Amino acid sequence: MKITHDDDALGKFHSRLAVAGGFVLLCFVLLVLRFAWLQIIQYGYYQTRAEDNRISLVPIAPSRGLIVDRNNLQLANNYSAYTLEITPAQIDHLERTIDDLATVIDIQPKDRKRFKKLLEESKNFESLPIRSRLTDEEVAKFVAQRYRFPGVDLKARLFRHYPKEAFASSTLGYIGRITDRDLDKIEAIGQEANYRGTDHFGKTGLEQHYEFELHGTTGFEQVEVDAGGRAVRTLARTAPVPGNNLTLTLDAELQSIAEQAFGDRKGALVAIEPSTGGVLALVSMPNYDPNLFVDGIDTQSWKVLNESPDKPMVNRALNGVYPPGSTFKPFMALAALASGKRTPHQAIFDPGFYIFGNHTFRDDKKGGHGMVDMYKSIVESCDTYYYVLANDLGIDNIARFMAEFGFGNFTGIDIQGESKGVLPSTDWKKKRFKSPAQKKWYAGETISISIGQGYNAYTPIQLAQAVATLANNGTMFRPHLVKFITDSRTGVRKLVEPQPLKKIDLNPEHIEVIKQAMIGVNKEGTGARAFAGAEYVSAGKTGTSQVFSLKGAEYKHHSIKQELRDHALFIAFAPANAPKIALAVVVENGGFGAQAAAPIARQIFDYYLLGKRPKAPAAVDEAAVERDDE
Amino acid sequence: MRQAFPLVVRAWWQRLISPLDLPLLGICGLLLLVAVGVMGSASPERIGAQLTNMALALVIMRVVAGLSPQRLASMAVLVYLVGIGLLIGVALFGDISKGARRWLNLGFMRSQPSEIMKISMPLLLAWFFHQRTTRLRLVDFFIAALLLLVPVGLIMRQPDLGTALLVLAAGFYVIFFAGLSWKILGGMALIALATAPVAWSFLHDYQRNRILTLLDPEKDPLGKGFHIIQSTIAIGSGGIFGKGWREGTQSQLEFIPEHHTDFIFAVFAEEFGFVGNVALLTLYGILIGRGFVIAAQATSLFGRLLAGSITMIFFTYAFVNIGMVSGFLPVVGVPLPLVSYGGTSLVTLFIGIGMLMSIHKGRMLVQK
Repeated sequence: MKITHDDDALGKFHSRLAVAGGFVLLCFVLLVLRFAWLQIIQYGYYQTRAEDNRISLVPIAPSRGLIVDRNNLQLANNYSAYTLEITPAQIDHLERTIDDLATVIDIQPKDRKRFKKLLEESKNFESLPIRSRLTDEEVAKFVAQRYRFPGVDLKARLFRHYPKEAFASSTLGYIGRITDRDLDKIEAIGQEANYRGTDHFGKTGLEQHYEFELHGTTGFEQVEVDAGGRAVRTLARTAPVPGNNLTLTLDAELQSIAEQAFGDRKGALVAIEPSTGGVLALVSMPNYDPNLFVDGIDTQSWKVLNESPDKPMVNRALNGVYPPGSTFKPFMALAALASGKRTPHQAIFDPGFYIFGNHTFRDDKKGGHGMVDMYKSIVESCDTYYYVLANDLGIDNIARFMAEFGFGNFTGIDIQGESKGVLPSTDWKKKRFKSPAQKKWYAGETISISIGQGYNAYTPIQLAQAVATLANNGTMFRPHLVKFITDSRTGVRKLVEPQPLKKIDLNPEHIEVIKQAMIGVNKEGTGARAFAGAEYVSAGKTGTSQVFSLKGAEYKHHSIKQELRDHALFIAFAPANAPKIALAVVVENGGFGAQAAAPIARQIFDYYLLGKRPKAPAAVDEAAVERDDE
Repeated sequence: MRQAFPLVVRAWWQRLISPLDLPLLGICGLLLLVAVGVMGSASPERIGAQLTNMALALVIMRVVAGLSPQRLASMAVLVYLVGIGLLIGVALFGDISKGARRWLNLGFMRSQPSEIMKISMPLLLAWFFHQRTTRLRLVDFFIAALLLLVPVGLIMRQPDLGTALLVLAAGFYVIFFAGLSWKILGGMALIALATAPVAWSFLHDYQRNRILTLLDPEKDPLGKGFHIIQSTIAIGSGGIFGKGWREGTQSQLEFIPEHHTDFIFAVFAEEFGFVGNVALLTLYGILIGRGFVIAAQATSLFGRLLAGSITMIFFTYAFVNIGMVSGFLPVVGVPLPLVSYGGTSLVTLFIGIGMLMSIHKGRMLVQK
């Protein structure tokens, strides 16, 4: 029985093998028929087409779109120049060839290093630039000696140029040679064909975000090639379509003034038009020259930039996270009003400290501010008022209210990679820490949060968006840098529509209370010295954020190492009754907000509202005030 | 004394080649010669590297051939589970290259676990049916289908449609040879046809493009259609006798993309013409025929199913690759077996050859 079963199975298997064999045969016959069709019947046609393939299609890279500011000033453009390019695959002794070239044309060690770096990153059939921007004389010299250098070619290429050099560098960003990672992005949206012939790709900033707008459409040239693949003559040409131009909301002059106002200090500034969300200035200092990256940065320059303790490559406006210090207070006060925990006139008595549990929280002013209502708490930046308020509100109510203003969340600005910061709450702490003791939220921590210290950490763009939203009576816009995109072919403008993200549900009377208090800051409070004699009414709030915990010791600005000094902050908008500009400034290690940050804001407002240019960078006002918060 | 040394060598040589099936080895040798020849035209600088790959693959083949079929069967489950584990690893931590998540960085090496599945899938299913030799019920086929669809689904998600289809085919062949009734096979074919529009909606854009491009390559002559247009021109212009070794203008002027890997057949066809193509198909035909003989003579169900499906895998590779390059199958990343450049697929294929040899040797042991 078993044997028959096996025989049965074996027989069945053999018949299946026969079926499979038949299938294989059928498929192979199909292939042979296909070959016969292609190679015998259609031979003549394909023969001609192969001959025609002597006519090869050479891509012509389009010229990259321009970036101009709101007044049409060019911030990024292109120019055409000759480069000397080497195709390593066609050369036996690369070093020797370069040495020989150096006798004809000036080749610096810097050029060699850059070439080496490109060589490591490249595929071997590419041609790589050894020298760019050759002078006419150099071009002539090389052409005369060209026969000596097979595998070395002179090519006319378009170069990206940033005419203002070290200016708005982290905002504009830069382009660099296409890497494998860039290729993945290009393939992901099916643009491989359009990038044949393109060497560069936006790496950071606007150049990165708007890469596919700026790039344009590659053109093609039909070129007759000889058997060696060299072009003999051009037969037909499809012109490339240049990339679209970006017109920014940015005001280059304002940006310049802001950057100069920082002098050699580090920090960030974001100025926004409250009624649209258009960014007027986006500063991260120190700057760098994006032109360095265009033809591949040499290792030495890269090392200097990358390893500098000042970190010029970090976009502080989007990626610097700072405790907001007392600039948080107007929002805290608004939260108190909105929740009904405080009325504007309700006052507390400030003896200069606040005891909670067995911990004493000190106010910065020795002896205290006396009787303090909401107006005075903002104008004089009284800490004790907020210490008391902190646990009346509770951490989660604070977090909910601040989240409405965008604190601790992406603003959605049109530059990639912004940081989220930290909006502390009981939930956040539970997720952030591991041990149960750390997971628990302590009421004492809410007290630090209330004056903008502790876990609070926000980016300057978040601060600017929040103050712009306040200035705009609660209507929030997405901060954006591009005003419109101009189609290079049709000239049609694609507007980046300023649509409000949302309207925060707030009582206008409450907003008015806060605005009046912020006007008070610049009139008679911590910002008064910086805004003395201003011909417009502005509203502001100073802040100082701790870098270094003093553990109760008194803060002495000059006895502390610079990198441990406090960060100076200032938020402001003007004119107070109909705001045209709102901003946030952070000066790293600058000390008090009133001393270092407010004078920068004054220069910005003076220029933007009155057209007044500053005579010198904003000086640090040593005498401004005592430390305005803990 | 004088003869002792040659005797030792002879004995050693005997032991080295005893598990090998010489007809099979001979055909593979010829195909490897073709590979070296075409590589010498398409990409001479890669010959050294490919010779190293070949040596490694042959060593691995010898090791596999030396194992008994029982030993192979005993490893089936473990290899399958490791493969599944690695595939899940890829889905969670894999490196992304060209938009797909296929590679797993194991610290000491980067590997492409979907490749393992091409061999381990038929191995597992052959083992599975062998366990149930006495009575095959419908439910067994369901279990087999499930075992097959898990890795196929994981590979499809990477996304790597080509490999997923190859693994699916490899498993399907085992099920087919195990004797799934024609009625059900017919029903499955009908269901496949009926669900094709649904499947279409699940494909990624680039996968749809490849199929659309096949229908009308001239629509996108610089992008997706470029590969197919250029490779059919290469094949067609080869004519009956070809343009001669290293004389193909299409390949020498670099009109053929990836002319040392997936499109190497275009180089061959341009330079050796219709005659060369038929000769190459004949070589594959003999290879497949020998595989069928081994399958037919195998003494265990395990051996039969494994040998039958491995043979069909070779056929599938060859047919899909040549069909794609000559423009009547969509572009999927399948190498021309034993000829395309690349170590991974070569090793996989020679593991398959080694298994065929092991099964053949196992038969002889039983007969003795």
